[in-house]
Amino acid sequence: MAEHILRQHPLERPEYLRALEPSLPDIRLPDQISGWHRLTGITPVRQVTLLLILAAAWQIYASALNNPLILPSFAQTATAFWSGIVGGELLLRAWTSIELLLAGYAVALVLSFALTLMAISSRLGADLLTLLASMFNPLPAIALLPLALLWFGLGEKSLLFVLVHSVTWPLALNTYAGFRGVGETLRMTGHSFGLRGLRYAFAILIPAAFPSILTGLKIGWAFAWRTLIAAELVFGVSSGSGGLGWYIYENRNQLETANVFAGLLTVILIGLAVESLIFRVIERTTVRRWGMYR
Amino acid sequence: MPTPAPATLLPQPLLKLTDVTIQYATDLQIVTAVQNLTFEVLRGDRFILLGPSGSGKSTLLKAIGGFISPTRGSIALDGRAVARPGPDRIMVFQEFDQLLPWRTVRGNIAFPLRENGVSRAAATERANGLLARVGLTKFAGHYPHQLSGGMKQRVAIARALALEPRVLLMDEPFAALDAMTRRHMQEELLRLWDDLGFTLLFVTHSIEEAILLGSRILILSPHPGRVRGELNVPPHGGDRTADSRQFLERRIHGLLFDQAELPAPEEAAHG
Repeated sequence: MAEHILRQHPLERPEYLRALEPSLPDIRLPDQISGWHRLTGITPVRQVTLLLILAAAWQIYASALNNPLILPSFAQTATAFWSGIVGGELLLRAWTSIELLLAGYAVALVLSFALTLMAISSRLGADLLTLLASMFNPLPAIALLPLALLWFGLGEKSLLFVLVHSVTWPLALNTYAGFRGVGETLRMTGHSFGLRGLRYAFAILIPAAFPSILTGLKIGWAFAWRTLIAAELVFGVSSGSGGLGWYIYENRNQLETANVFAGLLTVILIGLAVESLIFRVIERTTVRRWGMYR
Repeated sequence: MPTPAPATLLPQPLLKLTDVTIQYATDLQIVTAVQNLTFEVLRGDRFILLGPSGSGKSTLLKAIGGFISPTRGSIALDGRAVARPGPDRIMVFQEFDQLLPWRTVRGNIAFPLRENGVSRAAATERANGLLARVGLTKFAGHYPHQLSGGMKQRVAIARALALEPRVLLMDEPFAALDAMTRRHMQEELLRLWDDLGFTLLFVTHSIEEAILLGSRILILSPHPGRVRGELNVPPHGGDRTADSRQFLERRIHGLLFDQAELPAPEEAAHG
């Protein structure tokens, strides 16, 4: 029965045309969501709440333990941190560390860029970079410290040496990988604008490889910060005032445990600030805006 | 400034290819992409390179662009040998990633102008003018990733035209677009040609597109690319009736079809 109907020409219906009815306007969703829902929808709010809970747990446990030599309470740590900031010592120590870190970072930036340029312009350069990076990248910077002491003595030069080592390799490797990943179409486009040499590298390769370069910068920063604090723990004593690592070490020797905690807190805060403020802002104004973020 | 050539009957060709052979080495063998090509493109031509895949059209266009050099033969623009890529031969690619993702639409058009010595104000003005021509004024401040495929190709075309190249090279620029957008873009390209009067060298494997866009069609046969013939397309309006177009289409089809018949499939499989 059904087959019989299907074989016939489909039932003919009248055609019709219509004037378009006006389209519905886009509507903003009414703000019906409750304040509570809105508040808990914000990630930082949840994170801060969690932090407060952890701090409260710390405070309760430390008060019960009542042994500030082993574990100062949250309040004691906060007080030590505050007086360190107000007194200026913590700030001074932090600045000493950051200054050194920036110097090392800048040297490593230039060095890794030179290495990468060498690597993209010749096969031998590429071999050299790959070889050096695969040799030195897995080598912890701290392991070079005894050697640095031997070569440069106690002081900033030794710290700089290990810093540069810890940043250069991950940065150079990521930059090189980024350059190699730049698509053929984009390369040809750059060349057809008449760009060559360094102009081409700065106008096409670096922005196109920027997601990888940024990753390299972040990894380099994390390595550098850790390396620096660890190295300072061993010898930050040389110059009049050492950095944060030395501050921590010194205060442990003097059994000022609350200050040790305050020093650690500063290390954490600076690390967080750089990652979540500086790098996030760079990310938002560059790779995210350009739609290149993966 | 080159001294003007002695007057001849035909105008001096803008682009002249003489016995161009392009070969490239793979791991296993040396492949010939195009073989002994000789042809001339005149000023104002809408010159189409038409051929099936494997006829070396894209390779040839890259050689004209200066990205690869021919194994034998010469490519000359305005009488001077093409040696390297340059802003006098801007290429529009099929791929959407030819725009710089880190520049806005306007920035993408203005950037190569700035690099070639145009002042900031003049570059911005020219960019705005071309954006208006391709109907993208509203999107001047957008980044490429916020545009659709057709809009990206429009920007690429606007950017190329802003540089006022001697010849605009296009490598199947509409092939990755949907049929409706493609049709729209083809008409827009013709309109731009009417308005601005540039020289176009356009690669396609679509006979329909070749007839629609071209004023002259070079037909290439595959494996390796060799010249099969060069045909005129009747001009706009007047002659260009559906009849003559259909006739041309059949003619081209015949030329391409003959070639495809030559190697028997069975023999190729055994050989």
